[in-house]
Amino acid sequence: MSDMRAKMVSENQCQTCMPLGGVVAFKGIEEAMVLVHGSQGCSTYIRLSNVEHYNEPIDIASSALNEKQTIYGGEANLRKALDNVLRVYQPKVLGVVTTCLAETIGEDMERMIQSYIKDHDIRGVDIIPVATPSYSGSHTEGFWAATKEIIRHYARPVAKHSGINVIIPHISPADIREIKRILDMTGLEYTLIPDYSMTLDRPFGGEYLKIPLGGTRTRDISRMAGARATIQFGLTCPDDLSPGLYLQQEYGVPLIDLPLPFGLENTDRFIEALSRISGRLMPDYLALERGWLLDAMADSHKYNAEGHPVIYGEPELVYAFAALCAENGAMPAVIATGTRNGRLMARVKMLLAEAEEQPIFLEDADFTAIYEAAVSTGANVAIGHSGGKFLTEHLCIPVVRVGFPIHDRMGGQRILSAGYAGTLAFLDRFTNTLLERKYASYRQKKKDELTKGSRMQEAAIEGDE
Amino acid sequence: MDTYCSQPAGAEAYIEDRKDSILTKGKSKGNISCSSDSLAGAVSQRACVYCGARVVLNPVTDAVHLVHGPIGCAAFTWDIRGSLSSGSEMYRNSFSTDMKERDIIFGGEQKLAACIDEIVAKYAPPAVFVYSTCVVGVIGDDIISVCKEASLRHNIDVIPVESSGFKSGNKIVGYRAAADALLKLITPKDGVHIEPTRKLNFLGEYNLGGEKWVVERYLKEIGIEINVAFTGDSTVAALKQAPGACLNLVQCTGSMHYVAMKLEQTFGTPYMDVNFFGAENTTESLRKIADFYGDEDIKRRTEALIERESSHVRPVIEKYRKKLAGKRAAIYVGGAFKAAAIIRQLKELDVEIVLTGTQTGKKEEYENLSGMLSEGTVIIDDANPAELERFLREKDVDFMAGGVKERFLAYKLGVGFVDHNHDRKDCLAGFEGAVKFAREVHTTACSPVWKHLKNTSVRDVRL
Repeated sequence: MSDMRAKMVSENQCQTCMPLGGVVAFKGIEEAMVLVHGSQGCSTYIRLSNVEHYNEPIDIASSALNEKQTIYGGEANLRKALDNVLRVYQPKVLGVVTTCLAETIGEDMERMIQSYIKDHDIRGVDIIPVATPSYSGSHTEGFWAATKEIIRHYARPVAKHSGINVIIPHISPADIREIKRILDMTGLEYTLIPDYSMTLDRPFGGEYLKIPLGGTRTRDISRMAGARATIQFGLTCPDDLSPGLYLQQEYGVPLIDLPLPFGLENTDRFIEALSRISGRLMPDYLALERGWLLDAMADSHKYNAEGHPVIYGEPELVYAFAALCAENGAMPAVIATGTRNGRLMARVKMLLAEAEEQPIFLEDADFTAIYEAAVSTGANVAIGHSGGKFLTEHLCIPVVRVGFPIHDRMGGQRILSAGYAGTLAFLDRFTNTLLERKYASYRQKKKDELTKGSRMQEAAIEGDE
Repeated sequence: MDTYCSQPAGAEAYIEDRKDSILTKGKSKGNISCSSDSLAGAVSQRACVYCGARVVLNPVTDAVHLVHGPIGCAAFTWDIRGSLSSGSEMYRNSFSTDMKERDIIFGGEQKLAACIDEIVAKYAPPAVFVYSTCVVGVIGDDIISVCKEASLRHNIDVIPVESSGFKSGNKIVGYRAAADALLKLITPKDGVHIEPTRKLNFLGEYNLGGEKWVVERYLKEIGIEINVAFTGDSTVAALKQAPGACLNLVQCTGSMHYVAMKLEQTFGTPYMDVNFFGAENTTESLRKIADFYGDEDIKRRTEALIERESSHVRPVIEKYRKKLAGKRAAIYVGGAFKAAAIIRQLKELDVEIVLTGTQTGKKEEYENLSGMLSEGTVIIDDANPAELERFLREKDVDFMAGGVKERFLAYKLGVGFVDHNHDRKDCLAGFEGAVKFAREVHTTACSPVWKHLKNTSVRDVRL
């Protein structure tokens, strides 16, 4: 099957750009602000996209490069931008992510920031540059790259301690909160990064905070090198961007790479890993939740078996939902990601090796490729972000919304799929989407199918005579 | 420099360089500083040149819009305007050359040409707009010649849109790029003659919620036909007939005054400003158009329409005015045309306007806005969230009118919000639009949710 896009033009994108992922990662660090080094539009688009998804005011600064700086270099603008952001936002951490413009004109970020810090005698603020040229990857790679840089900036050799590190890919704030709830139940001490569960999903408090409260604390990040182990939900993360691998190679922190805890088996693996580390059994309440999930899986398995989903989006999410669907008998019809990620494809092929029919695998996919694959496989449901809207508009394939961006429905930040409880919440949405589709048309369909069928039979009999 | 880092500046934090961009009517001396590039690090709400070009051209329904650049530019603007179409849906797709590192190093011209060939072979569109983005401008891909060759090869319009984002943070520069592309499209090729008609063109109307259709219905009723709208629900073929109109209406002045001027110079077509947002604006605009035609029958039908529609609108406006009188509003939108339309409608509803700002207003437009506002109103160019927050608080605003990025800032402060942006789904034009607008203002300004929000103290949730 086609493993890549053979054509040149990209029609309807399945991913967004690298700096966007970088921005989200920085939003998960306590007292952090982000500056996008590039033209004004980049930061505004990234804001717009995040605002629509998270339904929060999200401030992102820009160095607002114009024609002159594009020719002569953007250092003066970057300095001005740093001045203004530091004055108005007073962050403790300032992430500076690059754009394709800054990278193409060859901005030496390390040097420019070092000299700014020196000239202004900046203290009390950590300015962390990350290279995120849009032509080198999608927002997924930008997210990993920034997370790794943040850890690299703070990690120091420290005494071993009993805590663990938990590194997450780009998931919803609700999923982060669920993973933290499970971690809290085990009694383990942990540092989860990047934690935007509070910064990008604030409760109402009658105020707008320029830098929202919450996020991973930098003093905790600096202790990550001494942790007992790192759990990273990054099966598909490329080695050169892997924060967990960095901690293992530089500081000898054992890396436990796990699939996202979406679905029964994947959550089991997470819980098992936690039990092994903590030496304690699964907490009672989690066992109950597992039981409720199993009960629900039995209740809905026949309906789910009718599902032939198209699963698309960020690699780590795609893998987790493919596993979740497969264990419920809804064998994936199409597996697609907008970025190029051989690891995902290899993993999913292993996962579905026993399936009666192999799905179509697409990497570097656009929605036209996904659309064609959906038609050719007879897919009847989709799992992914708002980009899949034409599957519904043109093919009447409903989309169960997960991932990023969700801009045509409410509550992208509250979509829950993690843990036993989250899996159950997702499964109900998925099953009910299938049922809704079925009940909306089955009377007419049956009538057409059977009455037309009987006429055809009659015609066939007449023909025989 | 430690003052930057350790002293909490709180609500007083503002940027010195921005003080000339904020005026208070009656108190401030001098003119507002505007039409300049955004200040680095100021968290402007503005987009870029490419965005300006894209939003103007995107509603051309049967054209292919191909973005030459890395993936983000296209991904972020896919179907960005909710413009409605009565025919083709081609414009709702997002095409990109998806430039990768290789293309940046070796140049993207060949890839661009190959992408155009692929698209033409697959969809046979009547025209392809090719947008240049930041990196394309930097690496110097010659999109003009690639488009020219592709145009000859396929015998269709392949039109370059020179919209490299770094040219400015001001969308107006992108509007100009779009205007040049449109003018290229509609200028008759050698030997082609466009018959003059009694129809008119409707410039600066994007049919976001079906506004073009509402106005078309009114005009039809009074005996006038729309030749083509720029660009809401337009087709390439219809745009090519643009020189045949006897009059150009200009609604969104920011994007279309230049086009109207050019059309007058080239084809001698006169133009006039109109505004179909709000009952008063609609009434005035219809009368102006009827006067232009100078036909007694048209005038009579116009008055009949106005009388009939006003009689529907009046009681509704009256009902909402009673509920909204004394409410305080802030307006922060993309352009001055939109700001002026909203001010006038809110005044009809007895709402007090305490803040008005735009992303792209020009000096004379700000003077016009200022004339519509009362003493003490804050006028702000190219605002940022910190400034908007400060005035929403200081001015005790009940609701704000603006776009997506401002929406959740308002909600965070427990302030209502009226959408006047690219993703709205309601038609706000004409008499029925005036009713919808009034209803939306009431829905948000008088929503029961604010009562609960106001009763929640900050302490409860400061985790």
